[in-house]
Amino acid sequence: MADFTLRVRRYDPESGEAPYWEERTVSLEEHRSVLEGILQIKARSDGSLGIRCSCRAAICGSCGVRINGEPGLACKTHIGAAQRHSQAIGKGGVIEVEPLGNMPVIKDLIVDMDAVHWKKIQRVTPYLIGRQPVPEREYIVPRESMLDITQTMACIQCGACVSDCLSMEADPGFIGPAALAKAYRFVGDPRDDRRHERLLDLSEDPQGIFDCTHCFKCVQACPKEVNPMGQIMRLRRIASSDEQIVDANNGVRHEAALSTLIRDYGLLHEAELLPRSYGGNSWFGKFHPAAARELLSSLPAIVKAVLRRKVSPRQALLGHKLPPEDLKAVKAIYEHVEGRRSPHRSERYELNLFIVGEDEDGNESAPAGAADKEQSA
Amino acid sequence: MCSEAPEEVLHLEHIGVTFHRNDAGELDLRAFGGASMKRTAYVADITGQAILHVLYEQLMAHAEQVERYEEWFVTRLLTDEQGHCCGAIARDLRDGRMEIFAAKNVILACGGAGQAYHPTTNGLIVTGDGIALAYRLGAPLIDMEMVQYHPTTLVENGLLITEGARGEGAVLLNAKGERFMERYAPNKLELASRDVVSRAEQTEILEGRGVGPEGAGIYLDITPVPRRRILEALREIVNIGRDFAGVDITREPIMIRPGQHYIMGGVKTDVHGATPIPGLYAAGEVACVSVHGGNRLGANSLLDTLIFGRRAGAHAAQRAAQMALPKVPRSALLEEEAAIREIIARPSGGRRVSEIKLELGETMNEHVAVYRTEEGLQKALATIKRLREEAQGAHIDDRGSVFNQDVLGVLELSFMLDCAEAIVTGAIERKESRGAHFRTDFPERNDEEWLKHIALTAGEDGPQVGYADVTITQWQPEVRSY
Ligand code: SF4
Ligand code: SF4
Ligand code: FES
Repeated sequence: MADFTLRVRRYDPESGEAPYWEERTVSLEEHRSVLEGILQIKARSDGSLGIRCSCRAAICGSCGVRINGEPGLACKTHIGAAQRHSQAIGKGGVIEVEPLGNMPVIKDLIVDMDAVHWKKIQRVTPYLIGRQPVPEREYIVPRESMLDITQTMACIQCGACVSDCLSMEADPGFIGPAALAKAYRFVGDPRDDRRHERLLDLSEDPQGIFDCTHCFKCVQACPKEVNPMGQIMRLRRIASSDEQIVDANNGVRHEAALSTLIRDYGLLHEAELLPRSYGGNSWFGKFHPAAARELLSSLPAIVKAVLRRKVSPRQALLGHKLPPEDLKAVKAIYEHVEGRRSPHRSERYELNLFIVGEDEDGNESAPAGAADKEQSA
Repeated sequence: MCSEAPEEVLHLEHIGVTFHRNDAGELDLRAFGGASMKRTAYVADITGQAILHVLYEQLMAHAEQVERYEEWFVTRLLTDEQGHCCGAIARDLRDGRMEIFAAKNVILACGGAGQAYHPTTNGLIVTGDGIALAYRLGAPLIDMEMVQYHPTTLVENGLLITEGARGEGAVLLNAKGERFMERYAPNKLELASRDVVSRAEQTEILEGRGVGPEGAGIYLDITPVPRRRILEALREIVNIGRDFAGVDITREPIMIRPGQHYIMGGVKTDVHGATPIPGLYAAGEVACVSVHGGNRLGANSLLDTLIFGRRAGAHAAQRAAQMALPKVPRSALLEEEAAIREIIARPSGGRRVSEIKLELGETMNEHVAVYRTEEGLQKALATIKRLREEAQGAHIDDRGSVFNQDVLGVLELSFMLDCAEAIVTGAIERKESRGAHFRTDFPERNDEEWLKHIALTAGEDGPQVGYADVTITQWQPEVRSY
């Protein structure tokens, strides 16, 4: 047994007071969970502390909170690890627990999941629209395809990924990581009849798959290794390479331009990126009228960036320089990845935990642990 | 149930459950305890979760037609003058508002009473609400003494390790490294039925061959299963092992023991999910159609829930089509509101709800578990009676209306006490050993006197004992041996 201090964000909507912090000490073995700490507070000293929870086993998805500023499940985070984490980030070992972000708080650690999370899930037509005719027995589908979508089936709808999604913070209308992972669950399902329509819808929506900024927050937050960002990337790839969807938001062209630029220059080449995204993916892109229009409208932002020294004019126009051997290494990565691509979509190199359970060489990939953050170690 | 099972599984497959496939792309099947062949369709080791989420997807698909009241808590069921169920009173957890719902039919689908035990594999919300609500309305409970202890729950904190692990080839070892199931069930070994395996483990532990610091555990060794297969098909328990026991199950054994998991008993229903109270239906763990007898086989509870859930729905719909919406007594709403106000206004100083609950759970786990005796059961009954008194004035901190989990705790505690009392009463009554109910003072099965259900109805001071016949169809009762 050891003592731990929890600093919990409290909010009582009936009191008329603003949210405040409250510290309590609990005593537990260090491999017990933060949830057990909170339940101890409720059991021994203050039953009014509100938190949703049930399974205590990272299955029901109800106990999502932020611990030391990072979203996750209270029942899956060891209290000892949380204390060490707090020390490491200079909070002196006091474990901070607060409600998930990006959602309105109802009381204490309870947030309004309906208002945000479930609304977004409902947005992606979250049910199978089976291929016709429905077979008499089961749909016959490749073994791997079901294993593949099992990764997104493993989502427990906890909302941890929604909590800290950067894009959603900037644009609350963004469909967001959990709902897009859910969308992949149907797009990747060979039984579904609406793959193209779904992808078209998610590509054309300005708050759809191209609204994600690849910040990795959702990957880090997810307690079930659903890898929402990865699923979003797969949606993009399938939309563009397989379904040939070129969206009105220029998402596909932007991505292609980015990828080609990095292959050729090793680093981002800002001056080329924009024109290529709008005018076509080559050095001639900038002469396209659409590119000129876009460049013109982006001028104020460009000027600001230059003034704030985010880019120097010289760098921006000529691109960054990378030593030749580094550039070679970058090219090698491209060749490696693209070389594995085969014309059949199902054979494309995908990183899926249920399929690529082991390292290729057959040893020492810690079982699913790699993506785990320190707190839940 | 069995004849409708394939159709039900196919229905689930068609609406989206991602059942795993074999190399031909057809449904793959897995072995579970007590079965003589592989017969269970599965989704990795999250089958229940996958089904639950797909059913919820269907609710979202029909959002226009189906109105959902999420995070409402039913405090009482209602009957009309003829004794038919005509609705329910519920409380909106979000703002404490109470509402009366008139209904032609009410279907209970709210699970068992695992939280009456400590530890249990069941979630914190599994507090016997439905069983107690129906019981208070006058519906009989049957087979309440039949409580399943699952053979593989984590010593650490009681969490469940799926039977799928043994289905895939994991073995059980005692402190001497013996595969002791060879002695108890030479043919089925680890895949004997759950009561048999749990008793074997408990015997090993009681006889000093347990593992771990207090010798209170057994090793579950999953390493015979190829690592790749574990990662593909048992991923969830890899996570549970890592997160909750600090063990990499692909490389070393994990410490488990029998733990409370399921209650075979519940509200008596027929094959249409109908209880003896017209208009009141129940399906799933809350109900007892008696398809599991005294001991449920792995994966059968999902099936029970699905089949009788569907049947209850269909039957209730048919019944509803022939009647007008009943009138509900509004006075009942006022009574319930007053009861809640009283809880909120009660003076401080009583025993804490959490303490009462813990004592109840530990008592049940000590005396009403794998092995039972008259003496232990009587002790448990006396404890429950005392706790019931204490619960009357139990202390609460929260006096608000928004998400008042203290009030919820008080209501749930009283439900759990009702269930616990029924379980113990049934266990005292049944003076033989059958299924999951094993009396060391009556170790034999006694078909002559006890081939019958014990049915309990709410009386003035506790459950009134009655009996119900056992329906025997195709298979005559035989001695079980594995
Ligand atoms: S990677 Fe994309 S979806 Fe994930 S948190 Fe960041 S912006 Fe949101
Ligand atoms: S994707 Fe992960 S973090 Fe997001 S809701 Fe699902 S389980 Fe939670
Ligand atoms: S309590 Fe269920 S996920 Fe944490």
